[in-house]
Amino acid sequence: MSWIENRFEEGLIVTSLDWAINWGRSSSIWPMTFGLACCAIEMMAVGASRFDIDRFGAGAFRATPRQSDLMIVAGTVTYKMASRLKRLYNQMPEPKYVMAMGACTVGGGPYFKHGYHVVKGVDLVVPVDIYIPGCPPRPEALLEGLMRLQDKIRHQTRAKTLMTKVKELALN
Amino acid sequence: MPPEEICKLLKDRFGNVIEDTVLEGGHPYARITADRWPEVAMVLRDDPRLGFNVLRCISSLDLLADDKLACVYDLYHVPMERPTELCTQTHVFAVRVVTDRNNPVIPSVAHVWPAADWHEREAYDLMGIDFTGHPDLRRILCPDDWDGHPLRKDYKFPLEYHGIPATTEFELTNPRH
Repeated sequence: MSWIENRFEEGLIVTSLDWAINWGRSSSIWPMTFGLACCAIEMMAVGASRFDIDRFGAGAFRATPRQSDLMIVAGTVTYKMASRLKRLYNQMPEPKYVMAMGACTVGGGPYFKHGYHVVKGVDLVVPVDIYIPGCPPRPEALLEGLMRLQDKIRHQTRAKTLMTKVKELALN
Repeated sequence: MPPEEICKLLKDRFGNVIEDTVLEGGHPYARITADRWPEVAMVLRDDPRLGFNVLRCISSLDLLADDKLACVYDLYHVPMERPTELCTQTHVFAVRVVTDRNNPVIPSVAHVWPAADWHEREAYDLMGIDFTGHPDLRRILCPDDWDGHPLRKDYKFPLEYHGIPATTEFELTNPRH
């Protein structure tokens, strides 16, 4: 949610503006280079020519959180890494999205029972938009997750949603 | 040099420094008293007949039944002056140092083999063995403020870490597995 989201009254005509902004955002998602473990290998494969994430406009992997829209958490998040992960998330500009790639980030994965050091799901640290299960997920699964994220972005609106109204009422 | 001769050589040199030996099988080792371990290590490295110039790894063991902790040092000889005979002239040996579980102290050999530096830090981090004389004994894998030493058999899993819940359903239903 960025500054322009959910701001205008619902009477205002925002459809075309919505379409244009969402088209722009969903067609140029810049992911952050954030490989933590073996899932990063699949993420690299997705970036390479065989699977080619560039077809969806998401191939510009940035080496800094300040230029990226999407954090693909690719790999095991340890408690030691969790604070760094949160800091990187806070450094990303709005609107920002998080993709939990692989079993470890979805819910601890193979480290759920005996891993004293693994966060049991990255959604305990940062809000997650898309979950991609698999150990590691196939490149096609990551592309599918990206397309679902694009769907999510396409359904954003600049008009006030019911939820925003409820929140406003509750605050007043 | 076969392990029997290595043990005999150490016995001649140090007397009763060897507590126990296991020479059969693929992994022969000698158990050495903890307080004299660095001087034995120095001889193992510097004696021209032994020449163990490579410390391959340090394994730390939790002998919960005996209430002991142990370190196994795997040593390897690489003939530096005759590299062509690398495969035929080499020999291996292992040393086991046992210490008390409640007050685990083993003298450091980081000044003998520099490779021991990080290995000992890892053994300290995960098993809680205090290596006296180590130049920089800090945790190497876990965060600095981590509680306990995770690879000990009686380690209690954390229930939360810096606000992140760590409780697992398994740990709640099966406290000790």
